[in-house]
Amino acid sequence: MASTITLAVTRYRPEEEAEPTVETYTVPFRKDWVVLDALNHIKDHQDGTLSYRWSCRMGVCGSCGMMVNGSPKLTCAAFLSDYAPGPVRVEPLQFFPIVRDLIVDIGEFLHKLKKVKPWIVRAEEQPLSEGEYLQTPDEVDAYKAFSMCINCMLCYSACPIVGLESHFTGPAAIALAQRYNLDSRDQGASGRVEILSDHEGMWGCTFVGDCSRVCPKNVDPAAAIQQYKLTTAVDTLKSWLLPRGSR
Amino acid sequence: MSLRYPLRDFHMDIFSCDVLVVGGGGAGLRAAIAAADAQPTLKIGVVSKVYPMRSHTVSAEGGAAAVIKTGDSLDEHAYDTISGGDWLSDQDAVEVFVREAPTEMLQMEHWGCPWNREPDGHVAVRPFGGMKVQRTWFAADKTGFHMLHTLFQTSLKYEQIQRFDEYFVTTLLVDEGRCEGVVAIELATGRVVAIAAKAVILCTGGCGKVFPFTTNASIKNGDGMALAYRAGVPLKDMEFVQYHPTGLPFTGILITEAARAEGGWMLNKDGYRYLQDYDLGKPEPKPVLRSMELGPRDRLSQAFVKEQEKGRTFEGPYGHYVHLDVRHLGQKLIDKKLPFVRELCLKYVNLDPVREMIPVRPVVHYMMGGVHTDINGATSLSGLYAAGEVACVSINGANRLGSNSLTELLVFGARAGRAAAAFTAEAPDASSSVATQAHDEEAHLERRFRQRDSVRSGETERIATLRTEMQGVMEQSAGIYRSAPTLEQGAAQLQSLQERLTRVGVDDRSYTFNTEITSLLELSYMLDLAEGIVHAALARTESRGSHQRTDHPDRDDQRFLAHSMVHRTSSGQPRIEYSPVTITRWPPGKRVYGR
Repeated sequence: MASTITLAVTRYRPEEEAEPTVETYTVPFRKDWVVLDALNHIKDHQDGTLSYRWSCRMGVCGSCGMMVNGSPKLTCAAFLSDYAPGPVRVEPLQFFPIVRDLIVDIGEFLHKLKKVKPWIVRAEEQPLSEGEYLQTPDEVDAYKAFSMCINCMLCYSACPIVGLESHFTGPAAIALAQRYNLDSRDQGASGRVEILSDHEGMWGCTFVGDCSRVCPKNVDPAAAIQQYKLTTAVDTLKSWLLPRGSR
Repeated sequence: MSLRYPLRDFHMDIFSCDVLVVGGGGAGLRAAIAAADAQPTLKIGVVSKVYPMRSHTVSAEGGAAAVIKTGDSLDEHAYDTISGGDWLSDQDAVEVFVREAPTEMLQMEHWGCPWNREPDGHVAVRPFGGMKVQRTWFAADKTGFHMLHTLFQTSLKYEQIQRFDEYFVTTLLVDEGRCEGVVAIELATGRVVAIAAKAVILCTGGCGKVFPFTTNASIKNGDGMALAYRAGVPLKDMEFVQYHPTGLPFTGILITEAARAEGGWMLNKDGYRYLQDYDLGKPEPKPVLRSMELGPRDRLSQAFVKEQEKGRTFEGPYGHYVHLDVRHLGQKLIDKKLPFVRELCLKYVNLDPVREMIPVRPVVHYMMGGVHTDINGATSLSGLYAAGEVACVSINGANRLGSNSLTELLVFGARAGRAAAAFTAEAPDASSSVATQAHDEEAHLERRFRQRDSVRSGETERIATLRTEMQGVMEQSAGIYRSAPTLEQGAAQLQSLQERLTRVGVDDRSYTFNTEITSLLELSYMLDLAEGIVHAALARTESRGSHQRTDHPDRDDQRFLAHSMVHRTSSGQPRIEYSPVTITRWPPGKRVYGR
């Protein structure tokens, strides 16, 4: 096994350069190291100016998403050995504005998330003194997969529609909307349909499925989007066919 | 707010709110929502160095304890907690905690947390270490993740909650004995801002990163503990550091206690369930509550060290380890109740726990100690509150029971939020000194950090060098077993690291997302806390819970049924005092497990 591996890392320092550049670093090649370990090695021992986000190093905080050899990955789960002999290309997530080096601006996603009302909506709250809302294991399973989203943004970086049209609500936010729609405790689905169906983005989704393919948590946002389309289409149909009270 | 200001030319921005929460994890979001619910007209700020959903609550796995089932009682939950904490818990706080826990957990349910359920639709509970009754609510083995995202998503519906995402707090604004807000660096632009507030709640979590091998995320640098400490607020019971018995070697990734609660076994290199040799009960095929693998974390981690001394552990490239065996639980149960364990093992160590044993070793996990607060989260500094791991109320005493911390951040996050909201009614607006103080801090940051010599000059030291040395010192001196000579040596080494801190170089001159300067600030926070831990451990010449002194192996209630209080002296050195433990109904007794 080679003793070192080279990383070609995107650098962008907005105060110094107009365009991103690439800097190469050589780090020890260890079979239990992930790309994030290599970045940490660079930051600690070679170049303290390299900037990137990371936190849990166990694939659940969602901070360390980057493009690795052109694919969106959580760098804490991308083993160097899978990219040997290198060089390994490490770039910021595509389709997002770059703030600095490997850090992208995800502020827009936070707005999109809030817009889909990702919380339980009810006409009437049951008092806590009456205990929990009952929900069978099957009812939990109905939405559970969509609740696994860690907001890592890999799906946005993989989505060809986001690439063309940044206003698209996007895979994760739609999956989270669907997570609440499918929750037996929630009564807010009708409010979310309007927000989403308003936008041509969802209709632009051609079920390429790249979002689901790159998702590290098997959320399957593509399925959420297709379900949404169907619900919206049925609702629209109902609104044409049925008298108002029956919808 | 995300405008890119012309660099260096910006004026000081001063934001203001009524209640400012520092930290956007479980405790912080619960506090923010509680304050907003208590007084809907208040303006609530949440300032965090990471986006809230990145907070370390996300990594909690096993569950959250609260009495809800028949056959359980608040007193039993209280007794488990108090005996688990080796009688160092304040019993009035524990009584409040167990009483309010069920309501808080139900509130999480109403907000949409995807709890595992019984076939009839009621919330399911699982066993957990040190608990005599099954009372741990769980969302598979991603309970913290689901709680955090539920809280975060719920918080989005509160228009009065304004977030300052990716702002790094550098100091508290304090004037005439009152906390009036914070100074923070907006990471994206480097601009220094003041956020004035009538009340501030610290919810920044623990400081596991003072140790080399920890389950804690890289962001767990004890920011809030250090901020309070530097503002003159004492830290309580800092010597009590929890080692979780089952972390993956090298990464320190946590394998949840739920793996043992569901029936997993701890095996030494001979395939022997070694815990039976450590007064933890007899091995049974099925899990027995408060016994063997379901003993408390301190006792299990200590047993590992003894086992290692007997030469009965495996030796690997990342130190000694034992096996956690869940194979007999079967794939169906593992996938239903421990899917994250399987995912982590498959992804990070290329091993399938359905067919193979998991290598594990004790790993620093949680700080029982923290900012001294009362049962409403209030600190000794007027206007300053704290809740969650950053705080020490104390319910956890000398050893926290698994699944009490997620509940704690809800109960005391909510209490602190309500108390802070009530406090604002009487509190005057922030004084005019806020702007002056903030300007001083900005100049101080500029001088102290940005104008340093670069590492490349060769005259300075690297951040990572000092951090690694500090972590090594902590493991050597303040690990699972401690003694006066190693603690004294550790204290001296930390003092020398404090001096060397002034010679650390900085290469990054940028104002845009400068993570070198934040790393340096974090290191300086951690060094203060490391000193607090070592000095408190040196002063406590007894063994209790997670604090084990080889030179003082017995518990000494005569002298040490007391909380240590670490005060920062004007020289920066810690001074230790003690304050009494509140005992209500459970006089100190012997901790008995497995019998």
